Amino acid sequence: MRGTPTRNNPYGDGKVVDACSIFGVIDVTGRPFSGDRAIAAIACMHERGNGLGGGFAVYGCYPDFADWYALHVMYMEYDVREHVEGYIGSHFQLHLAEPIPTRHVHTISDPPQLWRYFVSTADHPLAGEAPDDYVVQQIMRINTRFRNAFVFSSGKNMGVFKGVGYPEELAEFYCLDEYRGYIWTAHGRFPTNTPGWWGGAHPFSILDWTVVHNGEISSYGTNRRYLESFGYHCTMETDTEVVAYAIDLLVRRHKLPIEAAASVLSAPLWSHIDRDSSPRGILLRTLRQVYPSLLLNGPFTVIIAHTGEMIGLTDRIRLRPLTAARHGPLLYLSSEESAIRLVDPDLGEVWTPLGGEPIMARVLAPGEGLPGPQAAARPFGGGTR
Amino acid sequence: MKSYLASRFVVLRDQERCIQCRVCVRQCGYDVHAYDSEAGDVFSCDERCVGCHRCVVFCPTQALSVRENPLSYRANANWRPEVMEDVLRQAETGGVLLTGMGNDKPYPIYWDHLVLNASQVTNPSIDPLREPMELTTFLGAKPEAVTLDPETGALATELPPQVPVAVPILFSAMSFGSISLAAQESLARAAAEAGTLFNTGEGGLHRSLHAFGEHAIVQVASGRFGVDPEYLEEGRMVEIKIGQGAKPGIGGHLPGEKVSAEVAATRMIPVGTDALSPAPHHDIYSIEDLRQLIYALKEATQYSKPVGVKIAAVHNVAAIASGIVRAGADYVAIDGLRGATGAAPKVMRDHVGIPIELALAAVDTRLRQEGIRHRVSLIAAGGIRNSADVLKAIALGADAVYIATAALVALGCRVCQMCYAGKCSWGIATQNPYLTRRINPSIGARRLANLLRGWSLEIQEMLGGMGINALESLRGNRLHLRAVGLSESEMRVLGVRPAGE
Ligand code: SF4
Ligand code: SF4
Repeated sequence: MRGTPTRNNPYGDGKVVDACSIFGVIDVTGRPFSGDRAIAAIACMHERGNGLGGGFAVYGCYPDFADWYALHVMYMEYDVREHVEGYIGSHFQLHLAEPIPTRHVHTISDPPQLWRYFVSTADHPLAGEAPDDYVVQQIMRINTRFRNAFVFSSGKNMGVFKGVGYPEELAEFYCLDEYRGYIWTAHGRFPTNTPGWWGGAHPFSILDWTVVHNGEISSYGTNRRYLESFGYHCTMETDTEVVAYAIDLLVRRHKLPIEAAASVLSAPLWSHIDRDSSPRGILLRTLRQVYPSLLLNGPFTVIIAHTGEMIGLTDRIRLRPLTAARHGPLLYLSSEESAIRLVDPDLGEVWTPLGGEPIMARVLAPGEGLPGPQAAARPFGGGTR
Repeated sequence: MKSYLASRFVVLRDQERCIQCRVCVRQCGYDVHAYDSEAGDVFSCDERCVGCHRCVVFCPTQALSVRENPLSYRANANWRPEVMEDVLRQAETGGVLLTGMGNDKPYPIYWDHLVLNASQVTNPSIDPLREPMELTTFLGAKPEAVTLDPETGALATELPPQVPVAVPILFSAMSFGSISLAAQESLARAAAEAGTLFNTGEGGLHRSLHAFGEHAIVQVASGRFGVDPEYLEEGRMVEIKIGQGAKPGIGGHLPGEKVSAEVAATRMIPVGTDALSPAPHHDIYSIEDLRQLIYALKEATQYSKPVGVKIAAVHNVAAIASGIVRAGADYVAIDGLRGATGAAPKVMRDHVGIPIELALAAVDTRLRQEGIRHRVSLIAAGGIRNSADVLKAIALGADAVYIATAALVALGCRVCQMCYAGKCSWGIATQNPYLTRRINPSIGARRLANLLRGWSLEIQEMLGGMGINALESLRGNRLHLRAVGLSESEMRVLGVRPAGE
């Protein structure tokens, strides 16, 4: 742990930029499966990373503690754990605290201390009606107040496992072979201006939202300053963080459907909106007029996930790759098609989404049938752009 | 009294080229040139020349040139020529010195110390010739969030009135009276062609321009000239003018000689009377009074158009702007130290107010700190000279900019600063029909629309270079700016980092 960088942006650059590989898979029946596919697929795209960061998000991995927030915390310094645990103890009801199981991997040197805490806000007077808001606030506080501690996962029945190394090495390190989940997303990182910091790896997460991201968001300054007006502090100085907070604001706080949020982040062109006088066109127009500062500009592909749902999205002129594929109840999203074919050779459908077209897949309600071909891929409200 | 002032310019006439056509005699608004029929010669009274170049440009044989009088004073960093000349002028007139256009003193121009970013490797630049590049901007108040009906999923938010502009560049307030009707019509037509707005200033909207009401911001200033329900109805937006960058804290004075029948009818005052705008609005002595006027105007227009407030950039501009937003304004326009005027006391123009770059940055930052920036539009004015200035203003936090001097320069203006004299040889700042006829509004509009087109092409190039394909992604994006040669405190106010960091 000595020499473990404690900041994402040691050179104080305007922001951290990186390029990457991303992968995601969901079983829409909600059946948990092992991480074999996600790990093999992300390893297949080894060349797209440089060993300075990798990680996974697994949904459905803590079924026994599904009602509690699972806080994953990394400590870059020994002494700070005591203080953070004191803070957690006095701001949450703590049900279980334990080190996150890891095994020794020779290429992974100097990992931070990694702990997880299963907590609830049950009887905390301040949590009141909006426990999620309370949790977000507390995490922002821990992450800004304690210099050498960082909460990197905070949802229920899901977890983020990430660090410095190639993703397949991190999978080994975090013993991911022992977990099962119905959504797996994965990331291999190629940071261009940072030595690699454990907290700076993807997925980025707030509550049960996770984002893995490939690209550089040239609207970062605009997005960041807008989000600051709403109390989000971009402590990581990476554009990926901005995506996570934007989604949180739009979906959780402003209660917009995820499709609407996607059309804020990758807004259709005015020339398209202007041709559409239907209620949908008016909605798109209103969204773009009210949230211009959340348009994500510049090249990106993201896979966003939260409980029961996974979404793939590219920038509106698709400057970074994304391939989607289906096989029965499985939907895959990947930077490269080869990675999907490696882990599932007989795919039903494979396609390249249009720029800005969200690919959404959610766990089916009981009794709901599998969607038809590409049904998971229908852009917001049906029809194509 | 014999004037002790030496002439400012020397008119040079190449006698070999001069064909005594007397074009210069007719073109000069200041009676510099005259024809001596006995000698068969054209000669000039140099002391009247203001350096407007009208004669130079129109002389068919290029016989004319105008030079600054190379008169040398004994060098003195303190008693510079301008300082002494002002003293002389006042000794001869005993009055307040008037001037026109914007502050010409060498205050730092922060635009020239800010540089823009471009993409290399990690982020592809975007070629505007191949890819869409969006400049459309919506002016008007925005709600905090979009709300959908939880039952039906239908849109439940109704937006306050939004006014789209195709380029983020609006023509700033220039009243009919301060400029000619032909000049104002040129602005109106160009605004219509380019999909943007012009601003009537405080002189009302002439009947002939009602056709351009869709592209007009109608101003309500302290004199209330030309304001009636029809005027408010005609405009696309309504602007309450509190102050102007060239003369913060004082009103306006259009002398009776300029109040021609047309100006009088448009301003709704008797012909030949002085049009005096009081320094404050006498119904606005505090922020709650401003709120009343904002809502009175909204009521009068049935909440169908944005009502904004224009202020001069003064020391505590951030706090004032925040108050204005809370008072219910849909946009705030801030006019900086270098903003121009048709007439202002020179001492005010040159010494009162702060530069727009600092004011804009301070206002944007403050509104964000208070979590209200996204509710309103912000328009920056006063010293925008080219497309790079526009883009830098947007990166500092503006939604759009106002231009006025640049627009007049497009019509021929040489910034001679004599607008207050009403003799403008270019037919801009005058009501003399002999002079105003020189502006053909359709040609004037062509020149202005060309300017906006050129700037918008350049803006697209620069945006594409930054890897951005919608202007809104640069708004307030100060990471795309770096400072060169500024102090720590200036960079702090501007919210930009030094180049290289
Ligand atoms: S037209 Fe202008 S430049 Fe020419 S003499 Fe007259 S004032 Fe001077
Ligand atoms: S508008 Fe006319 S008078 Fe005023 S500065 Fe320009 S050229 Fe001179």
